[in-house]
Amino acid sequence: MKISSRKVDKATILDVSGNIDMSNSPEVRKALLREIREKGVTRVVLNLSGVGYIDSSGVASLVEGLKASRESGSRFVLFGLNDSAREVLKISHLLKLFEVYDDEAQAMAS
Amino acid sequence: MKKSAKTRRAFLLKLELRSHPTLLCVIRGALEPLIETLGFSGEHCRAIVRGVDEAVSNIMKHSYHGRLDQPIELYCNRLQRRTNGETELGIEILLFDCGAAVDTTKLPARPLDEIRPGGLGLHIIRGSMDTVQYKRAGRLNRLRLVKYAGFPKGGCNSVEEKPS
Repeated sequence: MKISSRKVDKATILDVSGNIDMSNSPEVRKALLREIREKGVTRVVLNLSGVGYIDSSGVASLVEGLKASRESGSRFVLFGLNDSAREVLKISHLLKLFEVYDDEAQAMAS
Repeated sequence: MKKSAKTRRAFLLKLELRSHPTLLCVIRGALEPLIETLGFSGEHCRAIVRGVDEAVSNIMKHSYHGRLDQPIELYCNRLQRRTNGETELGIEILLFDCGAAVDTTKLPARPLDEIRPGGLGLHIIRGSMDTVQYKRAGRLNRLRLVKYAGFPKGGCNSVEEKPS
């Protein structure tokens, strides 16, 4: 799995590629919390279009990002979820909690 | 691992691996093409892979407490059952580990209305599979997962279940 970041306007977009499971989900958590808590970015956008699979530990990292963003008053947005990622969020009853968009343009326009 | 005669029959797939999280992708990579080959839909295929992946993750976390070198065995077999005169395809996955006996009443499965990380694994396993059965077999933990292909979950009554 790889994570890279880029600045677009006042937002930081984190591009994730590969699979997220318990072997690497702490890296996702760390990257999210660094942007939200340490850098104080007001809008963090997570690009999951390159992610084939995400497990419960990956979902837990997203929930931590969401909680941190709510605590700091910033926004945390997801886009590019494939069927697998949508299904795992739906089973976990979390899909409606997140701001989810189909693509980057929609996420940035939101 | 010593197992009962039932598990010594010919299986579609048998995997022996260690309890290292980096091997989860190996399980997913082996299961997905097998399930597709059996004729499961994409949605069912993803559900089975998800259920098994979460179950093995739970073994690594809760049965072996993060130890990386402990044995896990996975067996897959094809099932079929007759429902309303039609034969329905299924798959059975058996997972064995040598960890301590699991007290299923103490496994963390949090209420889903709480917004906090963790405790989702069991929900995901149960939400992905039709049958989830845990059994202590001698010194082994045995988890049996079953998924059928043809009917909406909970929408039919099985009258027969047998290995094909």
